[in-house]
Amino acid sequence: EKVTVEVLDHLEHLALVDFRDSEGVERLQKAIQFADQLHEVNTDGIEPMDSVLEDRCLYLREDDVTEGNCTKELLKNAREKVEEYFVAPPGNIPLPKLEERDTFLQGF
Amino acid sequence: LAPWVPVVGLEIHAQISSNSKLFSGSQVQFAAPPNSLVSFFDASLPGTLPVLNRRCVEAAVMTGLALNCSINKKSLFDRKHYFYADLPAGYQITQQRVPIAVNGSLSYSLCIDNKLSQMVTKTVRIKQIQLEQDSGKSLHDDTRSQTLVDLNRAGVGLMEVVMEPDLCCGEEAAAAVRELQLILQTLGSSQAVMAEGQLRVDANVSVHHPGEPYGVRTEVKNINSIRFLAKAVDYEIQRQIEELENGGTILNETRAFDSKLGCTVSMRDKEGKQDYRFMPEPNLPPLILYDAKSLPANMNHQQVVNIDWIHERLPDLPSVKRAKLVEQYGILPEHSFTLLNEDGLTEFFENVVQRTPMKPQKVIGWILKDLLSYLKQHSLTVKESPVSSSLLADLLNLLEKKEISSTAAKQVLAELWKGEGKTPLEIVTEKKLELMQDQKELEEICQAVIDGQENEVIMMVLG
Repeated sequence: EKVTVEVLDHLEHLALVDFRDSEGVERLQKAIQFADQLHEVNTDGIEPMDSVLEDRCLYLREDDVTEGNCTKELLKNAREKVEEYFVAPPGNIPLPKLEERDTFLQGF
Repeated sequence: LAPWVPVVGLEIHAQISSNSKLFSGSQVQFAAPPNSLVSFFDASLPGTLPVLNRRCVEAAVMTGLALNCSINKKSLFDRKHYFYADLPAGYQITQQRVPIAVNGSLSYSLCIDNKLSQMVTKTVRIKQIQLEQDSGKSLHDDTRSQTLVDLNRAGVGLMEVVMEPDLCCGEEAAAAVRELQLILQTLGSSQAVMAEGQLRVDANVSVHHPGEPYGVRTEVKNINSIRFLAKAVDYEIQRQIEELENGGTILNETRAFDSKLGCTVSMRDKEGKQDYRFMPEPNLPPLILYDAKSLPANMNHQQVVNIDWIHERLPDLPSVKRAKLVEQYGILPEHSFTLLNEDGLTEFFENVVQRTPMKPQKVIGWILKDLLSYLKQHSLTVKESPVSSSLLADLLNLLEKKEISSTAAKQVLAELWKGEGKTPLEIVTEKKLELMQDQKELEEICQAVIDGQENEVIMMVLG
């Protein structure tokens, strides 16, 4: 079962990844196949595990102010700033539709 | 024309009242210099990890208990992914699969036909309460085509209270939210001031004909006060009814409430329907809560949140406070509503009652009619009242001792509002408002009046 171009397009929109070439798509295929092996195990009546940390204790922190106050350091990484604000484009710039953008997926 | 049944479901985000944020130690404070209350984790710098704040967990448990919820002893954290400039990590940590509290209820009261004397109690079911992070703030600069981002709010703890769609109009929505606000403020789990963004409400609205399936719903955002909530909901219900009656359709979209125009406007999303790709938060194990029975013997108490311990320490909720006021002072239920509705008014009333032998049922009239209406007229809060509870008590004492009449008392009160520092007694003396107590003097005055009006007296005697 191959990954469809619709799914690849959807993933590019959601995660802003670029599958760029057949190798990229093939890598994804292989990753899915690898994970699909999980289906070979009968898990009827078994609680799903989503982390090996599930039995660890979730540490609770006291409600004290211990950090912050480092505006200068944080803004050092900003390409653009205006009076201690980060600057971003006016809104999200969504990826153009499949037909309208220059992508390897077009010929897929 | 077949009747329409409106359906309203609310999603409320309440900012948790805590010193520091949900997963980091930076401060929670309204109005601070931009990006000054931001830790490396809040800015999503690589290598940082979330560390859960116990106070936030306690706030959510308190709120869940107050809303009659089942508290999940094991709840989970998830990542909700979407891109936005004020969400530096590209995802929000929330509780999508198993939230901290589920299946509760909120009782609230409504006046029938705007008559305070006819109140009904209604209930709205609470689907769940979940802990989640707040995002930063975006300031849109349209002239320079850019967005300025302040992350001070990013990571602040929120309780999202999801209600079932049991409400049917703006009035119900406003009443339910008002009661929730009072509960949160009583618990102290959130200060719930809408004007400061500590309480945000989104309304899901749809209409359908009785017996038919629910209609397509829209989500209404940008509601900044309880008054606007009622307006926004009622406007949207009307808009949908008109649209459908004109043969149109309702789009499943997000709409913003424009308070100036009093209408909702489409916020048509260029990106289409969002796919949040929920996944478990890999850096946080399940949150385990305990009660008296399940409490582990040798665990550090700082690491334990005990549901029963919290339950025992819940303060009296507004509904209980009202019942107690009615019982203790013999006032009417609708009086107790007004007392709790105004910040500081209950305290004021109780202070006056303590200082005067006048019956509480009489005092309440002075509080609700004279004091409150004056405050409202001049847009003052109880705390800003130029007439203190002791001053009012002094005045009511004069009235109670029959040293002045009720009319005179109102005149004195009018003087007291000026806040010139005079006591009621001083004003009474100044304006000669004392009731005459001398029997002989009173007889002389009455006789003089009768003597001066001989004709009228004869007419009266003749019938």
